[in-house]
Amino acid sequence: MGDWKTITVPALSSASKIPYQNTSEKKMSPSSLNMQQVLRSPLPLSKSMHSFFSAFCTEENVEQSISYLNRELTTLGFPSLYSECKDKELNVVSVLNCMNELLVLQRKNLRAQEEVEIQHLKLGSDMDHLQNCYAKVKEQLETSRREIVGLQERDRQQQCKNRNLHQLLKNEKDEVQKLQNIIASRATQYNHDMKRKEREYNKLKERLHQLVMNKKDKKIAMDVLNYVGRVDGKRGAWRTGKTEARNEEEMYKVLLGGYEQRQKQLLVENAELKKVLQQMKKEMISLLPPQKQKPKERAEDGIGPVLSDMEEDAVELNKENMWELSCETVREQLTNSIRKQWRMLKNHVEKLDNQVSRAHSGALNGSDVISREDHELETEKLELEIQQCKEMIKTQQQLLQDCYLLEERERLQEEWKLFREQKKNFERERRSFTEAAIRLGLERKAFEEDRGAWLKQQFLSMTSDHKNSEHVKSQSAYSGSSDPDNQLMNFRSRQKKPHCLPSVPPSEELCQTIQHIPHNSNLSVVLNKTTEDSKPKQWKGLNKAETE
Amino acid sequence: MNFSEVFKLSSLLCKFSPDGRYLASCVQYRLIVRDVNNLQILQLYTCLDQIQYIEWSSDSLFILCAMYKRGIVQVWSLEQPDWHCKIDEGSAGLVASCWSPDGRHILNTTEFYLRITVWSLCTKSVSYIKYPKACQHGIAFTKDGRYMALAERRDCKDFISLFVCSDWQLLRHFDTETQDLSGIEWAPNGCVLAVWDTCLEYKILLYSLDGRLLSTYSAYEWSLGIKSVAWSPSSQFLAIGSYDEKVRILNHVTWKKITEFEHPATIANPKIIVYKEMEKSPRVETESLAFPPARAQASALFSTQSKYDISQVPVSLQYIKPVADRANPRIGIGMLAFSPDNCFLATKNDNIPNAIWIWDVQKLKLFVVLEQLYAVQLFQWDPRQPRLAICTGNSKVYLWSPAGCVSVQVPMEGDFQVLSLCWHSSGDSMALLTKDNFCMCYLEREEVK
Repeated sequence: MGDWKTITVPALSSASKIPYQNTSEKKMSPSSLNMQQVLRSPLPLSKSMHSFFSAFCTEENVEQSISYLNRELTTLGFPSLYSECKDKELNVVSVLNCMNELLVLQRKNLRAQEEVEIQHLKLGSDMDHLQNCYAKVKEQLETSRREIVGLQERDRQQQCKNRNLHQLLKNEKDEVQKLQNIIASRATQYNHDMKRKEREYNKLKERLHQLVMNKKDKKIAMDVLNYVGRVDGKRGAWRTGKTEARNEEEMYKVLLGGYEQRQKQLLVENAELKKVLQQMKKEMISLLPPQKQKPKERAEDGIGPVLSDMEEDAVELNKENMWELSCETVREQLTNSIRKQWRMLKNHVEKLDNQVSRAHSGALNGSDVISREDHELETEKLELEIQQCKEMIKTQQQLLQDCYLLEERERLQEEWKLFREQKKNFERERRSFTEAAIRLGLERKAFEEDRGAWLKQQFLSMTSDHKNSEHVKSQSAYSGSSDPDNQLMNFRSRQKKPHCLPSVPPSEELCQTIQHIPHNSNLSVVLNKTTEDSKPKQWKGLNKAETE
Repeated sequence: MNFSEVFKLSSLLCKFSPDGRYLASCVQYRLIVRDVNNLQILQLYTCLDQIQYIEWSSDSLFILCAMYKRGIVQVWSLEQPDWHCKIDEGSAGLVASCWSPDGRHILNTTEFYLRITVWSLCTKSVSYIKYPKACQHGIAFTKDGRYMALAERRDCKDFISLFVCSDWQLLRHFDTETQDLSGIEWAPNGCVLAVWDTCLEYKILLYSLDGRLLSTYSAYEWSLGIKSVAWSPSSQFLAIGSYDEKVRILNHVTWKKITEFEHPATIANPKIIVYKEMEKSPRVETESLAFPPARAQASALFSTQSKYDISQVPVSLQYIKPVADRANPRIGIGMLAFSPDNCFLATKNDNIPNAIWIWDVQKLKLFVVLEQLYAVQLFQWDPRQPRLAICTGNSKVYLWSPAGCVSVQVPMEGDFQVLSLCWHSSGDSMALLTKDNFCMCYLEREEVK
């Protein structure tokens, strides 16, 4: 708009006069002066703005201000404020347009200013931040440089120490070596000295020996009452070449005896070990799949033509009596074959291991899958079988138990039947006994009465017998014979019971009747038997009855 | 267990006769022969000087008594008490004396190991053997008594001479590759001779009966070597105890080491039974105490009872590290013995003097450790069964067998410090020896099987 110059301006009141002065200097505008005033003065802007707005254009200088404005606007590119046809006439439309344009421009400028200010602030903060970072990084660099220096220093020190220690170690080793050398040299020195001293000592001994021998000391003697016989009773023999030879022989015999014994022990041990190896071989062969039997033969062939005559024995050798031979080749064969079998077994086991691991990892190999499926099927089948077997076993067990129970029940029933039968029999017997007893009682009573009567008769007949004893006899005989059947029966029964006395206790009578009755009734046979051997059962039954 | 009375004894000289019927003991210059069963004095002999060594002849008919100071050996006969024999070495002096296996010759080693004189009781002949080796086990007889091995040293070299005992013929004479032979021992089968070197060098050589070198074994160099050697009764194993506290076992087939037994101070394996001797104070019944107290009671009061307890593994034993700058240090395996049935090996590590280690030979593993309260003086296997008798210098005798172990107090008045013991050949009894006395201990068959 114009150059801002700092020119002191008189008071506002005199502003009307000034415009002339001001317009002489066209480059300056009163507005600018007032603007400066406004800017310098501490008055609030709104007021100053108002004052400013009023300060620029008053009623007096309208034309000037319009022309000034027009000039300014045209220089800025805006259309002229004046109308086209007539000069010095204000085109209101263009004025309004210009104003709007100026407003828009003002707004744009304000926005731009805002943006610029924001960016400025941002840049300022970025700058601060970067400065801080820079400062920090510089610090870090410093510290790390210092550290490096420190570490380098330490490294150097450690290297020094290491070197020192190596040196020390070397020194120590040297010392050890030296000491060992010293020891060796001292040992030799010592041995040498020892030998020297020993030689001296031997010389002394020799001398002493001479002295002792020369002295012919009578004291050195043995004084014995009588010589003792030898242990084995024989006389001492002269030492001749023959005895020497015999001694040698003896010695060798002893040695040979020792060696033979040891050899026997070793043979036994060998035999055992060979047996064990054979067993192992057999077991290994049984473990492996039965394909590779040939390599055994081949191994024997592989030993070479040296064993051409042994090949025939080779088949034999693989049989049971192998351990009777103990030559080198047999041993080799055995060990080779065992090694081979062991290798095959190992391979087999490794294969199985691989299979198992592959199966675990789930790789789909046709043969493996099939084998696994087969395996699973097999296991399922087996499990089913096991289940079935278990069930069968259970049912069988139950059946057996039932059987047992049935058996028991049947037996029990039988026994019960028997028992009941026997009970019935027993009842019958008892009844018959009681009847018999009653009968017997009655019979006895009758017998007693008869006897009483007979005695009375006898007595009477005896007293009046002197007259007619014959009569009595006959009567007695008659009475004996003319008695009714009852008496006869009684007599007969009396005969049957030879030792039956009136004072016999009833139980005995009963027993005797029981014993005699067997002749008559077969029931009593049964009764006897039953009484003898069914008593326990009956007791049992009774017991049972009691317990029940 | 029954204990006999106490009898006087000197110098721990008490020996059973080989046939097991008699017991010979010495008191100063008297030799007393007793019957083993009732300890009655059968014979009493008087020697010319204090007896230092006695030995029965192999047929139990004669006893030799050696008096080293006077240089005299006197031989007594049991059958004929009047028979006498005196061998005087005179100015040659006497250092050692022993019987030959046939019981009719006496081998005297003169002073300075000048020579060995072989005196014959049957004939008037005398033999001399020159240059015997000046070591403790220089003479070794085979078990059957047929051969004798003698260590010799000539011109700073060691030799071995093999003699036939029947006529003293020199069978073989060969040199050994040892620096300074320290001992020789025949295998029980009489076919192999073990020869070992001084403790400064670990070397053991095995020679056959005919003088051939069968094998050499050396476990290590420079450190102290072999301390003790023992053959197993079947001649299958040779146990070598050395100063490095280990026992190495060689087998008779290859003469190579099959195993080595270590003797550490800490036992951690739970399968090993450790018996520890514990003291238990005696119970005193105050009512039965009489005043003044009877002697027997007094000794019973003050004697400490002891029993064996099983210690829980891990056990740490008392380890002694001796002074390093002295010769013949008390370290290493000092005692080794196989049981007569070849099932067990008993060893003692001198670094751990209170313990005895018993190894199972069949499994070649440690079986039992016995920890005593005092240092073990001596142990000896029963000649018939795997039963070990131990004495530790106190008044107790200890017995171990695979069934268990027991500590027995010797019921004697006063001090009875058992320093040594020796079994009867039947294994039914043993003699317990102290400095001045001895007593017999009869074991019942059922006890401590």
